[in-house]
Amino acid sequence: MLKFIIKRLLTLVPLLLAVSVVVFLLLRLGPNDPAMSYLRLSNIPPTDAALAEARATLGLDRPVAVQYFAWLGRALRLDFGISYVTKAPVTDHLLHYLPNTLYLAGVSILMTIGLSLPLGIMAARYQGRWPDHLSRALAYIGVSTPSFWLAFLMIMLFSVKLGWLPTRGLGGLSHVIMPAFSVALMSLCINMRLIRGNMLEQTHTRQVLYARIRGVKEGYITRGHVLKNSLIPVVTALGMHIGEILGGAVVAEVIFAWPGVGRYMVSAIFNRDFPVMQCFILMMTTIFVLCNLFTDILYAAIDPRMRLANEGSGND
Amino acid sequence: MTDTGLTGNDSLILPPLAGPGRRATARKAALALSALVLAGLIGMAIFAPLAAPYDPMEINLEERLAPISSRHWLGTDHLGRDVLSRLIWGARASMGSVVVIAGLIMATGFITGAFSGYIGGRTDSVIMRVCEAFMTFPTFILALFLIGVLGTGLTNVILAIVLTHWAWYARIIRGMVMNLKNRDFILAARVAGGGPVKIFLRHIAPPVLAQLVILASLDLGHMMLHVSGLSFLGLGIQPPTPEWGCMINDARQQIWTNPELAIIPGVMIFLTVLAFNIPGDILRDKLDPTLVERE
Repeated sequence: MLKFIIKRLLTLVPLLLAVSVVVFLLLRLGPNDPAMSYLRLSNIPPTDAALAEARATLGLDRPVAVQYFAWLGRALRLDFGISYVTKAPVTDHLLHYLPNTLYLAGVSILMTIGLSLPLGIMAARYQGRWPDHLSRALAYIGVSTPSFWLAFLMIMLFSVKLGWLPTRGLGGLSHVIMPAFSVALMSLCINMRLIRGNMLEQTHTRQVLYARIRGVKEGYITRGHVLKNSLIPVVTALGMHIGEILGGAVVAEVIFAWPGVGRYMVSAIFNRDFPVMQCFILMMTTIFVLCNLFTDILYAAIDPRMRLANEGSGND
Repeated sequence: MTDTGLTGNDSLILPPLAGPGRRATARKAALALSALVLAGLIGMAIFAPLAAPYDPMEINLEERLAPISSRHWLGTDHLGRDVLSRLIWGARASMGSVVVIAGLIMATGFITGAFSGYIGGRTDSVIMRVCEAFMTFPTFILALFLIGVLGTGLTNVILAIVLTHWAWYARIIRGMVMNLKNRDFILAARVAGGGPVKIFLRHIAPPVLAQLVILASLDLGHMMLHVSGLSFLGLGIQPPTPEWGCMINDARQQIWTNPELAIIPGVMIFLTVLAFNIPGDILRDKLDPTLVERE
């Protein structure tokens, strides 16, 4: 198991390097001159002399390869430079906001799991009857609803009409319910149908048939044979949902004035604050990649076939 | 990295709607309804100048936030612009951008994927490494970064969504091409004296393109949500041009007094995405033989 984890960890190195190259090149190949943004945000008139000086300060006058390695070296020490707006280190800002985003994303993931599991099991159990039809209708509605619109509908109902939930900012548990649900809805619906589909698939396998022949109780079959095996693909899917949830959190943070990194990123886009954007995307991608690594390990832990296959033939 | 094939809503596994009787009828009804909605929306987009009762950008401060009336069927917004006219014109930006995005993703995905799969060797591994790098990012996060780099505006939103999705398509197309490449009928064509370009154009491209169109149609709803989400953040189409996501953003200040200004454009996005998703799911069920066994 340890060997498997180390192997998977090592595959992350080239992947994250490739990611850093893409991020760096996209910024350099983009139509905007960072030196120009730097001057504009510092309220310095963009004369030729000022531009040359800004380029020298930002290191833009050196060859691209040198720039990349210098940038990478600093990025590995979590130094992403200073914000063009506040002139303070970008990493400090983002690390300040990151816990709030992780809190929101974490609650969203818990909602996704906590709601999709019982709903998916119900739909499979009552296949073809009304709970199943209802869950299908909900799934169609859920994946077609824009999260920001759902957020508004919830604000109108729970804040404006009923006055139950606060509309903005960080606070107690009541503050996180609406943003987290608007983020979770899509993954929740997809997951619910995935669980249902897997469970129905499992009920038609031979081991379930054999268990029935042996006279094993139906409840035990559901828990022991059907559910256990149907959750394995769900773990992998959850890794992918985390990407959607991190993206969705940006929108929710803007609507609910949630002090997270996504909201900070959106303001950085309007300001053309490039160091913030770089730090944000690398931070989010690293979190996403680590989550996927975690689900892979979890997957190997619960499915011995996967672990053996990986140890036998090497990874990839 | 785990490979789940396509992006986001692709993993929505809906049950097979196979079997005769009520289900088939329900499926036909759902398909017909989706087709009707889509036809209506496309009609709105094409005939917007004729269908809209007012100029969607005409500001009339004397009539701002007017209620629903015979003059303004859906009322007016905070600048006195006719909501119905803006909705109709908004179809143009929303539907138009989705069509352009789908076309561009198909083109880039097909060219890189087919090139990679057909030529193979080192070219293939270089292209695939690039694809993997792009697929490592969470899509919406990468799209945000790209807009940051390129600047805001509808063109850049379209570019950003294409750049975040092409790699998934390229990978799938490469697989299809590689699978076809080693079939006996390709060998036969080569024995018969067909050159590589001719074989590709006559025997490989047509079936791959057919599958590609189906793949892209499954993703239209997802793309629509991406475009409207980015427009909602104010990163897409710039005011005063009407677009649905943008209209919801405009209505944020009026949420306490005129909630319908945010509700109505949302209904449009929702209906469009639903009308894209329903035929997509039915199509997927029809095409995936493994799903039928679950019934």
